Amino acid sequence: MAFMGWVEKSWVAILVSQSTYGFSALDMFHVAAISVVFGMIAVLDLRLIGVAFKDDAVTDLSRQVLPWTWVAFAVAAVTGALMFTGQAVKYSGNFAFLTKLALMALAGANMLLFHFVTYRSVAKWDRGRAPLAGRIAGAISLLCWIAVVVYGRFTAYYMFP
Amino acid sequence: MRGRAEQRGIDMPQFAQWVASLPISLWARQITWLVPMMQTLHILSIGAILSAVVMIDLRIWGVSRSLGLAERANRFLPWIWVALIVSTLTGIALMVGSPRSMRDAAFLAKVYMMAAATVLTIMLPFMLRWNSGYGQKDAGALANFVGTAAFLLWLGATFAGRGRWIAGLFGV
Repeated sequence: MAFMGWVEKSWVAILVSQSTYGFSALDMFHVAAISVVFGMIAVLDLRLIGVAFKDDAVTDLSRQVLPWTWVAFAVAAVTGALMFTGQAVKYSGNFAFLTKLALMALAGANMLLFHFVTYRSVAKWDRGRAPLAGRIAGAISLLCWIAVVVYGRFTAYYMFP
Repeated sequence: MRGRAEQRGIDMPQFAQWVASLPISLWARQITWLVPMMQTLHILSIGAILSAVVMIDLRIWGVSRSLGLAERANRFLPWIWVALIVSTLTGIALMVGSPRSMRDAAFLAKVYMMAAATVLTIMLPFMLRWNSGYGQKDAGALANFVGTAAFLLWLGATFAGRGRWIAGLFGV
């Protein structure tokens, strides 16, 4: 927590919290970015689960979706980190924010597991139905990211005191 | 674009105040979780619109070639319409539940961009059919423009939806 106090006093944090439009501008890019992240990931997840885009190969969709996902995620992460610095202490004690971080970690772990284990056999099921592990990964991913958006929105309502 | 929130007689602060005075708005504002829940659904549906438009545009731009142009559009357009319904309904709920957010020029800018984006999105399947035909042909320049412009307008609307600082910048 002492570290968070130090973060709050850094020049970056002062810039964010003291400038009239700093936080609002960051927030603007942050929300737009997460919309894109969610939307693009949802395309892939729905394909993995098997409810949509079944005519498209998984590798094809991945190739199209992932670059946008990564760029948008980078924007969201940078803007998020900057907003965090402005009130680091409060965010660190914010239940909704912490849950959001945990959910992102879960989504990330799920994604890594899928990529390094399940995805290795993709050539066998690229054009067809994903294996159970793939379908589950898609469902977990979709639910995680929806929950991330929910907890992200509720963060503002848990900023005490 | 003028920064003042009055355009052609639409006085946004006054309109926002009027909405705020409605009984339904007073009622909605008492439900603490309503606005954040509506905002969440709003953001999720906008994400769906943006990604569907991107996927159609990727085919127009030639990044993806797995389907024909019209087929690709038909694959993703239904998602846009469903998402539009959800975002419109949640949007109306937000106008009623959080009227203060309508006070400045950013909201009007969003509405205009949304309207333009919707028109272009409706035009898109017709453009693709007229400008290139079925099959594996490339999109003509006009279809390309409509598709790209639609995406930029949707993205712009997304920014404006959160951009209340615009009003301050232009001195409203």
